[in-house]
Amino acid sequence: MAAGVPAKGGQSLARTTAVSGVPESVPALLARNVAQFPSKPAYREKEFGIWQSWTWAETAEEIQSIAFGLMALGADKGDYIAIIGRNRPALYWSMVAAMKIGAIPVPMYQDAVADEMAYVLEHAGARFAICGDQEQVDKVIEVQETVHCIEHIIYQDPRGLRRYDHSKMHSLADVQTEGRAAHERFERQLAEREAAVGYDDTCVMLYTSGTTGKSKGVVLSNRNVIETARNSSEFDHLRPSEEIVAYLPMAWVGDFIFSIGQAYWTGFCTNCPESPDTMMTDLREIGPTYFFAPPRMFETMLTSVMIRMEDAGRVKRNMFHYFMAHAKRVGPALLDGKPVGVLDRLKYWIGDKLVYGPLKNTLGFTRVRVGYTAGEAIGPEIFDFYRSLGINLKQLYGQTEATVFITQQPDGEVRADTVGVPSPGVEIRIGDNGEIYYRSPGTFVEYYKNPESTADTKDPEGWVATGDAGFIEEATGHLRIIDRAKDVGKMADGRLFAPKYVENKLKFYPNILEAVVFGAGRDMCTAFINIDLAAVGNWAERNNIAYASYQELAGHRQVLDTIQQHVEEVNKSVAQDPMLSGCQVHRFLVLHKELDADDGELTRTRKVRRKIINEKFEDLVTALYDGSKEIYTETEVTYEDGRKGKITATLEIRDAKVVETAGQTQVAAQ
Amino acid sequence: MTMMHYEPYQTEDGRTIGNTLMEMKNITLRFGGVVAIKDISFDIREGEIRAIIGPNGAGKSSMLNVISGFYNPQDGEVWYKGERRPHMRPYQVARLGIARTFQNIALFEGMSVLDNIMTGRLNHMSASILDQMIWWGKAEREEVKNREKAEEIIDFLEIQAIRKTPVGRLPYGLKKRVELARALVADPSLLLLDEPMAGMNVEEKEDMSRFILDVNDEFGTTIALIEHDMGVVMDLSDRVVVMDYGKKIGDGTPDEVRTNQEVIDAYLGVAHD
Repeated sequence: MAAGVPAKGGQSLARTTAVSGVPESVPALLARNVAQFPSKPAYREKEFGIWQSWTWAETAEEIQSIAFGLMALGADKGDYIAIIGRNRPALYWSMVAAMKIGAIPVPMYQDAVADEMAYVLEHAGARFAICGDQEQVDKVIEVQETVHCIEHIIYQDPRGLRRYDHSKMHSLADVQTEGRAAHERFERQLAEREAAVGYDDTCVMLYTSGTTGKSKGVVLSNRNVIETARNSSEFDHLRPSEEIVAYLPMAWVGDFIFSIGQAYWTGFCTNCPESPDTMMTDLREIGPTYFFAPPRMFETMLTSVMIRMEDAGRVKRNMFHYFMAHAKRVGPALLDGKPVGVLDRLKYWIGDKLVYGPLKNTLGFTRVRVGYTAGEAIGPEIFDFYRSLGINLKQLYGQTEATVFITQQPDGEVRADTVGVPSPGVEIRIGDNGEIYYRSPGTFVEYYKNPESTADTKDPEGWVATGDAGFIEEATGHLRIIDRAKDVGKMADGRLFAPKYVENKLKFYPNILEAVVFGAGRDMCTAFINIDLAAVGNWAERNNIAYASYQELAGHRQVLDTIQQHVEEVNKSVAQDPMLSGCQVHRFLVLHKELDADDGELTRTRKVRRKIINEKFEDLVTALYDGSKEIYTETEVTYEDGRKGKITATLEIRDAKVVETAGQTQVAAQ
Repeated sequence: MTMMHYEPYQTEDGRTIGNTLMEMKNITLRFGGVVAIKDISFDIREGEIRAIIGPNGAGKSSMLNVISGFYNPQDGEVWYKGERRPHMRPYQVARLGIARTFQNIALFEGMSVLDNIMTGRLNHMSASILDQMIWWGKAEREEVKNREKAEEIIDFLEIQAIRKTPVGRLPYGLKKRVELARALVADPSLLLLDEPMAGMNVEEKEDMSRFILDVNDEFGTTIALIEHDMGVVMDLSDRVVVMDYGKKIGDGTPDEVRTNQEVIDAYLGVAHD
């Protein structure tokens, strides 16, 4: 039975033993990999300018020494061990070491402020915190004023920590040395503990980013992780020779499944960048074959390519635009294996030599065989840009509670507006209100210490409510997502209101970073808009427009003109959908500050928190609806070190042209 | 005559401040008829952060140039590591383990950050030009060792992302950090910083302060710095020398200096009411 955690909920899920011969835990997968490919690289990390690598055999030794060391410190079966830091092999090893001794790793968001950290540490009752560096150690120490469960802090990078009180603090290297020395004392005990870890025992606990309220601890079993990793690896024919770059937060379920689940199932190599700033260079040096990034990252990369092309010489620029136009026409078809004429193929081949190849190389995508994006909708232009280059970028739909995968796009059936077909082993059902439900081997065990939420989300038959509204296209069997189910509402006159749908259309413009649309229960829709500083700043530079701050640029008349054009174009496109034509944006303003997770306006995974924005900017929302031309406002901001400050601004509110539609005239007539 | 003797002590934050590393005795420096430094004496102890402050034209930079051997004072003695230092050229001083940064950044703009930092290892290279040209034996071993040291400093100062970037393309704050890296890579026993925070914004100043403290803490490097920003100086340093019109008007811990009437007058001006 689960280590210290009674499994509640989901009793009806089949509790059969694993398919015979399949390793039943992540440490068992590790042992299998050591036997199968002992000298194949398992981890790489760039340090001191050089890629250091560890084979599976070396990895196993490192993990074992951490496990022994943790035992020497008194880590017990069922303990919760917090892991906080950027992606580094030693922290991944710490997670597996925790699993080995029957403890449960709880990776946490490293950019969380101390308050957020306090909640998770307390809720999980973590006895150990393994930190990457001083920054994280400081936060854990700060948290200890109110949270008393932490007994030991272990850190990897000793820099700046030499003079700290070391009575309850240890460097990871020392823990490992201690562990190696205690080898004989614990060998039998460790083997027993490892053998006792069962298929339905907890493998990991991941806290959701919490679009609404406090985050919840999602308990995933070994069954969840291993079966999902197997199914998804087989779906994309992942091989031991794959290379991935681990750079997304370790606390996020996706990173856990890619860098541990699939990596251990398949035996491929996980590469960790030197520092967050060197990510793009490291990506290029590694040339991953399997790659994941949120849409925002692809957007940022595309924006930077476009900015650089604007700055390039005329010959290069023309060549780029000429061949990109061709790629747009035939690239996706070539990728999907559809028939393409000989001449077009030849031209594409030339383009590949001159433009696509070098460009992919610069981006680090030369070797990408399978690329995924998820988390948010991706703009069709952005999506097609990468696909036309010959990069097999696909979409998936998933969530923490499903151990990531709900739907995936199979090779050759890739479109920007769907999220694919149900992943292997996943059943999907659409509720009466349009909400998507799923049931799968990856369905989470429970929310930790929160049976009510577990019961709300997962019914006794194991169906989980996603909270998203969508439908399955009859012709293709692909799932399409409309919006968060609870965000989909009605306007005052009963027309459908789907804010995300409009926001996504707005965000597809490079100048717009973020948008928040209001309109539930109102007679018209309005919007907040955040400009993208990189894109708009570049435009300003090109046009000799001087600005001293984000705020000044955001309030610039010409910027507002541009944004207004974008809004009006979006209105035209929204008007074409008879169901959603009511969601056209009538009035908008450009915010004077970027929406930020530190201010609680976004989640750590950068999703909009509507309720908080509604409360915080109440004055602005009111102004959008009372017809005023401008509004003076004061906003509290939180700096990165936790201090608070205030910014003030006078914002201009603009009216955007809307397209009259049948529905509207009808309503007006009534 | 010898250097002042001190007993080592532990600071509140646990660093050890040792005996005298360098002592300036009755230094006077004149340029023609102008007296830049008038009969100034002070010492620098091992492991401490020692600041030299003063209003514009007080003679701070001249003092730093005396320490680094760029100027030779007409009167007075410079004692270093228990011995009187004869007149020396700056490169000879550098060989004694004294490294510096400059107020107006003095980097090779066209070279990469890494190459700039590697030039700081010059005093640790002994292979001949011929050896280096055929890249064999000693030259190769030295290069590997020097690169290792350079990478250690790059990691320490968190400039991995700009390792291969030409210095000319960097913003000011980062150039300052690269300069610090070049000085540090020489493994100095005394590090001279000439206005390390000049022209920086608050955030850059905070970063730089952090790095200066970390350098002192991690490598135990003795640091002498000139700085305008009083707040920064008072937070960073163990002892402060205050100069005005070439004279020393105060010397002591930041708290002592802060309450010294002469210093208050020189810095804030004398109240007229």
